[in-house]
Amino acid sequence: MSTIHSAAQPTTPIGKTADYLDQRTKVGVLTKQLVRKVFPDHWSFMLGEIALWSFVVLILSGFFLTMFFEPSMALTHYHGEGPASMQGQLMSVAFASTVDMSFEVRGGLLMRQIHHWSALVFMAGIVVHMMRVFFTGAFRKPRELNYLVGVTMMILGLGAGFTGYSLPDDVLSGNGLRITDGVVKSIPIIGSYMSYFIFGGEFPGEHIIPRLFTLHILVIPALLLALIGLHLFLMVLNKHTQYPGGGRTDRNVVGYPAVPAFATKMGGNFFIVFGVLALMGGTMAINNVWNYGPFDPSPVSAGAQPDWYMLFLEGSLRLMPGQGTEWVIGGYTLSLNVLIPAVVVPGLLFTFLFVYPFLEAKVTGDHREHHVLDRPRNVPVRTGLGVAFLAAFVILALAGSNDLIATHFALSINTITWVFRVLIFVGPVFAFWITKRICLGLQRKDRELVLHGHETGRIVRFANGEYIEVHRPLDEHDRWLRVNYEAHKPLEIAPAMDARGVRRKGYMVDRQWQRVSRFFFEDRVEPVTPAELAAAHAHGGHDELEAERGTPELVSGSGNVEREH
Amino acid sequence: MSENVNPNPSQDVTASRHGAHDTITHPERFADPGVPEHTTRLADRDPQAAKRAERAIVLLFTLSILGTIGTLVAYFAFRPDGTTEGVRLSNLLLGVGLAVSLLGIGIAAVHWAKTLMSSHEHVEERHESRSSDEVRTVVAQGFADGLADSGLARRGVLKGAVVSALALFPLTIAVPLVSSVGGEWNVGKFRHTLWKNGTRLAYDPSGRLIKAADLTAGSVAHVIPDVSEEMRESHEWITEKSKAVVLLVRLNPQDLKADQSPEGETWSYDGIVAYSKICTHVGCPVALYEQQTHHLLCPCHQSTFDVADGAKVVFGPANRPLPQLPITVDDEGYLVAQADFAEPIGPSYWERLK
Repeated sequence: MSTIHSAAQPTTPIGKTADYLDQRTKVGVLTKQLVRKVFPDHWSFMLGEIALWSFVVLILSGFFLTMFFEPSMALTHYHGEGPASMQGQLMSVAFASTVDMSFEVRGGLLMRQIHHWSALVFMAGIVVHMMRVFFTGAFRKPRELNYLVGVTMMILGLGAGFTGYSLPDDVLSGNGLRITDGVVKSIPIIGSYMSYFIFGGEFPGEHIIPRLFTLHILVIPALLLALIGLHLFLMVLNKHTQYPGGGRTDRNVVGYPAVPAFATKMGGNFFIVFGVLALMGGTMAINNVWNYGPFDPSPVSAGAQPDWYMLFLEGSLRLMPGQGTEWVIGGYTLSLNVLIPAVVVPGLLFTFLFVYPFLEAKVTGDHREHHVLDRPRNVPVRTGLGVAFLAAFVILALAGSNDLIATHFALSINTITWVFRVLIFVGPVFAFWITKRICLGLQRKDRELVLHGHETGRIVRFANGEYIEVHRPLDEHDRWLRVNYEAHKPLEIAPAMDARGVRRKGYMVDRQWQRVSRFFFEDRVEPVTPAELAAAHAHGGHDELEAERGTPELVSGSGNVEREH
Repeated sequence: MSENVNPNPSQDVTASRHGAHDTITHPERFADPGVPEHTTRLADRDPQAAKRAERAIVLLFTLSILGTIGTLVAYFAFRPDGTTEGVRLSNLLLGVGLAVSLLGIGIAAVHWAKTLMSSHEHVEERHESRSSDEVRTVVAQGFADGLADSGLARRGVLKGAVVSALALFPLTIAVPLVSSVGGEWNVGKFRHTLWKNGTRLAYDPSGRLIKAADLTAGSVAHVIPDVSEEMRESHEWITEKSKAVVLLVRLNPQDLKADQSPEGETWSYDGIVAYSKICTHVGCPVALYEQQTHHLLCPCHQSTFDVADGAKVVFGPANRPLPQLPITVDDEGYLVAQADFAEPIGPSYWERLK
């Protein structure tokens, strides 16, 4: 590395190459920034990397697949190396080439299965990474924009998965497209035309596979690549967030330099992610389309679930009762039984994700930059809302598997559906309430620990006959972790009348925001202050002194003694 | 950048570390104790342990090389014999070989970084995200100068012309695209299927014609309109079949409570009823028939229809009954349609009743 910056003539081949590049691009300046850039270390910072590396595996395996896949809906009678059940069947060239790349191309099936598993892991990586970002408040200023880039990529990921899943033109994905057609048609006024736009005529037509192919291998990956670049660029520009702890502030970043340890771990992580995906592709069969057969609008099989990230939409469709939810207004049909679950519900979920950082900034009135993450317990309402969101997502996903639950547990599908219909309203509210309570409880426990330390289980009797239990105070790092946070208070607003008794414009709006703010911060647990700690010590002074001196006059046989030493 | 330095030593220095018994005034907040002391790892202290770690890393890289060789051997040595089992074996060997090759490198790299590379924390200062006021002033001035130079503010007509031209030119691509991409603007096509008066009913997919006498009570048939073999191998057929598929059920005539026949017409024949197979919810083929209850279940979203009672919705997200295909028999005893469906089949859409 030193050769890049040295004024002397480079002698090694690497040095000469670096010199050649630097003389033409000033690459040294950029590398100087990156080479010793400090990255904080935590296992949860690796979750986004899983998504990133799965995407790289998707590109590598996807390139392999495009060499053999033919995105054509032309019909053909199959005569190839595929299974006997396929011989002579009428199918689209897309389906035939999918069978051929699995059976004729050695390693083709492996690449198909790696590709499919990578897509599932890619979405899982994104979702878990989003959870980390949400629950630790990493979306706060200055990272709101990068958060929006992330949510957009999550939605593009859904699009990539959907368009790819439909390409083999098998009977399952064909029915998936048919459901899409039904959903699109439910959109008021433009729905029927949008259905034509998508399929190039009536479902299924002859255009949908080539169109999905272009979206799947060009448009969506190009957008994703651009956004990944932007996401990483902003991450480097803003410097990574860090978990709270001694020496970590909003004005510094504590961690390890990019080269060598961090870069090595990151590179190693790519090989581990790829290796695990290869193992999955090699040992776990997925989407063996020749078992389903080519698309035919007539047959359908029960127990057919979409890929996991689409299950919530499927569940949403299944839960909606059909009776009384299709309205005819002036002769036009408004199909709320489809529109609400398939368009409104995901719309609400995604809107929540998009607006939440701005909502929270508004109700905290906080315009400072934040680089130290929150412990989820210290922001109970945010954590509660996040868990409520996840609860809704999980309930919908389970509802999307109601037929499997019915057959596996021998239950009535109607009963299960009714249970989920109630749960989708009750579950998230309950999840919010209980999560908020747990967070407040953990905060109180933190206070208790800071004020009184750990119980040691050692009972001490003084000469005057008084018994006490010895408490061991926290060391300053453990204490700092528990007191270094800010308990936001509800917004304070200017009064309705000014000093001269004139009604103030905007007061009503302010009051609404104050209400929302109160919902967020009315219940809160303040961190312990040094004064409170001093008061607690003065109150129960003996225990601390005794514990520090470590010479109790009498130790009871409580059994915990050994463990505490 | 510096190692292990408390970035804020000046803050809250008045705080006592020993229970604050002797201070009268307390600071508002606790003092930051600074970055915890660096702890060394076994390999930092013990050269033997470092040597062991190095050997483990070398072993892992060697394993990866063996994995790569194994994958190539599997590729050339195990040619699938055309059976599903052969393909699966080849897939398994290639996948496991590839996994060993990759995991060897990955685990070796991470192990190396964690045991042998420096674990000293570094502290780097952050800078405010915004640019400085001076920079902002220069940028604002640059734009102001540029605007003044272009004269846009003074030349109103020019400004209008530029904005209009830029706003309009995308139409040159958008209009041809939007008008062609749908292939079709007549949404009335949703209303019609291949069925018309006299079309014979045929089994799906064989195309064999159906006589009323062939059907026993309780039996179910998946039905398509009778068309030429040539037609059945065309693309139009898949699109037409998507609308025309029908489920035929023969009930005991006394079980048939009601069908959708209007006053004065009979749409069923001797307990045989024919309903569109396309769900009125979002269009899945409704295919699961329960003989005891006469219920027809859509496997996609569990809409349930009562075949004995005009295919009414008894459960699930569908709102409307499945449309009935009016049928009768012709003089040769074959089942035939009396007419096309009386309403559009499949999911609802905005202009459905227009």
